[in-house]
Amino acid sequence: MTDYLNDFASLFDQYDVLGAFWVNIQLTFLAAIGSMLLGSLVALMRISPIASLRLLGTGYVNLFRNTPLTIILVFLVLGVWSQLGINLSPDFNRNFFLYAVIGLSLYHAAFVCESIRSGVNTVPVGQAEAARAIGLSFLPAARLVIFPQALRGAITPLGNTLIALTKNTTVAAAASVTEISALMKTMIEFRPDVIIAVFLTVALGFVLLVVPVGLLTTWASRKLAVKR
Amino acid sequence: MRSTKPLGLAAMAAAAALTLTACGGGGDGGDAGGSGDGVRIGIKYDQPGLGYRDGSEYTGFDVDVAKYVAGELGYTEDQIEWVEAPSANRENMLANDQVDMVFATYSITDERKQTVDFAGPYFVAGQDLLVRVDETSIQGPEDLEGKNLCSVTGSTSAQKVKDDHPGVGLFEQPGYADCLTALESGQVDAVTTDDIILAGLASTDANQGKFKVVGNTFSEEQYGVGLPKGSDQCQAINDAITKMVEEGAWEEAVTANTEGADYRYNAELNPPEPAPCA
Amino acid sequence: MASSTAQNVLFDVQGPRARRVTLILNLVGVLLVAALAWVVLGKLAEQGQLDAAKWTSLFTGRTWENFLLPGLWQTLRAALLAVVLSIVFGLVFGLGRLSQLAPVRFVSTVVVEFFRAVPVLVMMIFFYLGLGRADLVEPSNVPFWAVVLGLMFYNGAVIAELIRSGVHQLPKGQREAALAIGLTPARSLRMVELPQALTAMLPSMVSQFVVILKDTALGYIITYPELLASARRLGSGDGNILQALFVAALVFVVINYLLSVLAAWLSRFLSYRTAGRTKPSEGPLAGEDAA
Repeated sequence: MTDYLNDFASLFDQYDVLGAFWVNIQLTFLAAIGSMLLGSLVALMRISPIASLRLLGTGYVNLFRNTPLTIILVFLVLGVWSQLGINLSPDFNRNFFLYAVIGLSLYHAAFVCESIRSGVNTVPVGQAEAARAIGLSFLPAARLVIFPQALRGAITPLGNTLIALTKNTTVAAAASVTEISALMKTMIEFRPDVIIAVFLTVALGFVLLVVPVGLLTTWASRKLAVKR
Repeated sequence: MRSTKPLGLAAMAAAAALTLTACGGGGDGGDAGGSGDGVRIGIKYDQPGLGYRDGSEYTGFDVDVAKYVAGELGYTEDQIEWVEAPSANRENMLANDQVDMVFATYSITDERKQTVDFAGPYFVAGQDLLVRVDETSIQGPEDLEGKNLCSVTGSTSAQKVKDDHPGVGLFEQPGYADCLTALESGQVDAVTTDDIILAGLASTDANQGKFKVVGNTFSEEQYGVGLPKGSDQCQAINDAITKMVEEGAWEEAVTANTEGADYRYNAELNPPEPAPCA
Repeated sequence: MASSTAQNVLFDVQGPRARRVTLILNLVGVLLVAALAWVVLGKLAEQGQLDAAKWTSLFTGRTWENFLLPGLWQTLRAALLAVVLSIVFGLVFGLGRLSQLAPVRFVSTVVVEFFRAVPVLVMMIFFYLGLGRADLVEPSNVPFWAVVLGLMFYNGAVIAELIRSGVHQLPKGQREAALAIGLTPARSLRMVELPQALTAMLPSMVSQFVVILKDTALGYIITYPELLASARRLGSGDGNILQALFVAALVFVVINYLLSVLAAWLSRFLSYRTAGRTKPSEGPLAGEDAA
């Protein structure tokens, strides 16, 4: 047993496990911001007065929600980077990291939009009517009255989207980013003797990342719930 | 009994799906024990120029050698059952009697010899670089400093180039065809893996004349015929390979499968003399 | 529906002036998009990606017969079995979480939370390399089972959650009435609550199937010959991998879109047949999914 543990511990000298996890954390953080901004914009478009914007928003959600994330990342890297020749960073590896952030943001923005929309649906009509009655036009009414309440109602689905995003950073390997799932594959291939321990380490790492997010959103959704 | 309705549905669906898998499972997997009068040969399905499947048509150098050897062993082409043998599964498939032999860019190594037997080698490949046809500045890995290299995710050979030459940008893709797309557009400058794999890729109809193999190999990979441990076929296969070389069919097969890639195999090591059987 | 009213009261119907402005902006927008498309397509044409040779082969019988349809079949086969197994898994652990026995509840909670937290891809890689070494299934079937098991554990955990929350979201009166007519809690669950909860969660389940179908695409990383991998193989041979992947993506989008439409239709249809909430996007797990 101690031999097994020693073998296992030697993995950490051989491979940069924490460094790979750190890549996933960075991807999560940046893509969370990106998808939140983009998703809010799309949500705004979907409830806006202008029909063409609504159409655009709906089209965006249907397109990105129904495409596998791997395909989105492959198109970004093989299509946009390799064919259109757009370099996002002079540093070769940083470039793919940024593409991965963009791909993750584009994909999860569709889910953020749907979460916010479901949050908007929790806001009673009276709130919108009152906002209009005191003379607010669409954007101020949305910004000052609807969105603050909608975001509170959307905390649980948004939290779930964040959890999904955290786990989906593993797909960034398809965009030539060395993150934990790619490292795990290498580790198991070269160290099959400790396969279970490798799997449990990676799995546990994600449990540690994901469970706090789940607890936090549950707590926040209760704490911030709008009393009706 | 309203409550049982959804469960009943689920059970029905379960039964249906299980039947589906039951008949789909053996589709191209090859049923174990069916070796009576045919031969089951493991090849790659996704490696143009070496082993590639297009419907019921199988092409490539590995396939040509396999056909010749099978012919020498007394099998007609109809008796050959092709089975897909991805790199990670080759040892298991031989050990579990799923295939009778494997022709799948299978390098002979001491580690693998512990679990499987090898006949051959029938080709000696080496790690090489594929570049655009008008590229003149890249002659070997040392010229890659400051340039970008593409290989498949987790490839140790590519990682080694990067370790030796820290200025190389490494682009990792799921397959070599992805690499070729980036090579053609100019975002990477070279693709690396075994020379004959590169040549096979570059000689597909769509890629002919666009790329060339540098021809400066910097490793040695002996492609052998994987056999189950304790097989008695080794000598017969070696004789077949020798005969194939003597008859000129070997040369023909290499040429036919690497045409248009500006490729010459390493003549110092090829055609190889099969190693004596254990 | 309250939602659409809430959105509509946010603004007045546009007057003639606003309509004019909107029209102009629309035109500007269309022109901008057209200009961008022109630049992108021009660049792609320059790279030779729009050459007829790269596209025509995709619309031949051989392409579909030898590559895309077999790939699609492998995708659907893995997805279907994964759906069935995750429903079984979900029922077992979902009911486990509703159990009267604290230890059963605890174990079920741990199992469900663990498998919800681990990325599908990580599980697939584990099963792929693990099953290969453990000699449990035929080596040529290892990728298939790795995909199915990876999908089963993750989506089963999600469905377990759907079942639990589906039961919790039923109006309290349902259970109270069941207990009042003398049913035990277990029988109330089985005969009154679960049937309604399952009906209510059907739309969410269909949405979850979209997730499962999309996630089979991860199988190409572990050499499972599903649609994406087949398209890749096709593209390797014909030198048009981008175009082949484009067609594969299109197939995915169409199938998943149809499933989403089905989910929306089911939710309207079923809302009359249960006391539970049927709206898939309002389920506590909406948006929960992997690639």
